[in-house]
Amino acid sequence: MALDLSMNKHADVSYDEKERLFDEVKADERWHHVLYGCYECGICVASCPSARFYDFSPRVIAQAVAREDVDLIYTLMSDSIWDCSQCFSCDRCPRHNSPGQIITIMREVAVKNGLQTAKEALEGYGRIIYKIMATGSQVSPDMLQPDAFPDWGPHVHEISDNLEDWRKALPPETMHTTETGWTVDSKTIIELYLIWHMTGVMELIEGIDEGLYMILVDVMEERLEEAGYDDITFD
Amino acid sequence: MIHLPVLKAADRKFKADPDNAPTTDLRDEIFQLEKEGEWEVIRVPEPYMELPTKYGRMKKIPLEKTWHHKSCGQCGHIPGYSTSIFWLNRAFDLDYHDPTDQTSCTAWNYYASATSNPEAQAAVAIRNFAAAHEVGYFPLIHCGTSFGHYKEVRHALVHQPELRRKVKKIMERLGKKLVIPEEIVHYSEWVLAMKDRIAERQEIDMSNITATVHPACHYHKLIEEDAIYDSEIYGAQRTAIVTGTLKALGINVGDYSTWFDCCGFGFRHILVSRDFSRSFSVQRKIEVMIEEVNPDITVTHDTGCVTTLDQSQFAGKAHNKKVGLPVMADSQVAALAMGAHPYKVLQLHWHNTDNKAFLEKLGIDWQQKWKEFEQEVGKIKSGEKEFMTWEDAES
Repeated sequence: MALDLSMNKHADVSYDEKERLFDEVKADERWHHVLYGCYECGICVASCPSARFYDFSPRVIAQAVAREDVDLIYTLMSDSIWDCSQCFSCDRCPRHNSPGQIITIMREVAVKNGLQTAKEALEGYGRIIYKIMATGSQVSPDMLQPDAFPDWGPHVHEISDNLEDWRKALPPETMHTTETGWTVDSKTIIELYLIWHMTGVMELIEGIDEGLYMILVDVMEERLEEAGYDDITFD
Repeated sequence: MIHLPVLKAADRKFKADPDNAPTTDLRDEIFQLEKEGEWEVIRVPEPYMELPTKYGRMKKIPLEKTWHHKSCGQCGHIPGYSTSIFWLNRAFDLDYHDPTDQTSCTAWNYYASATSNPEAQAAVAIRNFAAAHEVGYFPLIHCGTSFGHYKEVRHALVHQPELRRKVKKIMERLGKKLVIPEEIVHYSEWVLAMKDRIAERQEIDMSNITATVHPACHYHKLIEEDAIYDSEIYGAQRTAIVTGTLKALGINVGDYSTWFDCCGFGFRHILVSRDFSRSFSVQRKIEVMIEEVNPDITVTHDTGCVTTLDQSQFAGKAHNKKVGLPVMADSQVAALAMGAHPYKVLQLHWHNTDNKAFLEKLGIDWQQKWKEFEQEVGKIKSGEKEFMTWEDAES
């Protein structure tokens, strides 16, 4: 389906609200290093993998933000930004723009403000967020389940069936794990939780997925308490 | 009529001149900030090798005392990738450290979901760097995304005093120093630096092999000036990484038109929108490589690239696409060349696309090797052994 770039799609959202969100994008420290103007040369589009498969254009992103077209920016923030592959091929830009980095900032603002489209884009992604936030290792062997990767074929069944033994048949002592990529010290996990606590990352999660937030809080607060950090809560 | 000399592309000679680089050398600013008491710089330990980067500046690559910042995707889903890196270190009897005081960089999640922020990202990076420094080792980054992301974090920390202040405060709470490595080094740079020593110890002749190379986006597109370039490889018009290693092993590297394209990984796409990853990987990479080069293998140097290029081919086969190209990391090919076991060390059974024809072309009896691996697994199943050890893998 073609991307609707008309101004009508989000007419229910006030111009002031759209402008507030764009102001948040522009307030980011990285903003002045990601946009310098646009020749409309299309090099970014030619390099872009997502442009080949989606109705997506890094040039449209750069143009919209350069023109400060807040209606269009809101539309893009509600659709296109989640199509980006974050490969940064568009950094080839002769004006040194980085549409990929512009999108990174726009995504952060979308998440921070709990936009519905961010919630939709991240549906099904909660398990991954749980892994990285709670265990310190984003990808784990036990994620290789046939129902999660049906398009990878019977090979995933074979790994899943042999997981415990094949992990033990890895020579590095740190890699006999199934729930994490490697053995992560308890002390290390606690330090990671303290980082989440001090940087407000949990508030982002709460805005996107309240159920996931509550699970994470339970897990983290219990381990922090066991480690002697009784005073730390995520409320 | 005026006759202007026409220079053929092949005749162009590009010589990088660091004195005329379009950017300043970040390392000068890093050391200046150390003088000003902002942080402590983790020096690259001796012995190291210097390799040229895009603008001709030299980058120090440590050969020993390396702290292996493992990749969650490699360790989790393609564990022979990291095992091969460790095996190479052991084969040369090098001093390295495989830490448990390490977290993922969290960049994969960040690029996928944006559920993080610059302070958290920088704090995670610095916590890992500090953990390496505390035990006297230098971080060697296994994942291409971690490598690119950490370079961006370092760049941001140099130029954003407020970010430095925030991260310093977090590190104080953790009882750690604010430290920053002199260089951010990717393991494939270490493999490249070791290529001649690897070639000296080569046991398997690979001169009958043709490969294609996929350079990882986050290796050479993020802070591009820091990637390794070499006038002998592609005339320094693209990164020398992986290609330089394969050539040292006698492998013929074939060129293909979509070399700059990404693998299709897409961060969130490979996990929750794989239709994109599959299509791009098969149609823009694998099919093009087969049509233009018809290689025996494609070799890359990043977690996501090995995963996407390898796993996507199963669905491509169902659609009668030109697929069936084995995918490996440079560390696996280097270890194989030196005689590493294809299943005990390279752990090729975790890969999806059939690689048996490739092993046969190298004269490796994969059936015998698989039997040897299964014997080890049998000992684990029967309780005779708890784990397969390095000694078992090296026997």
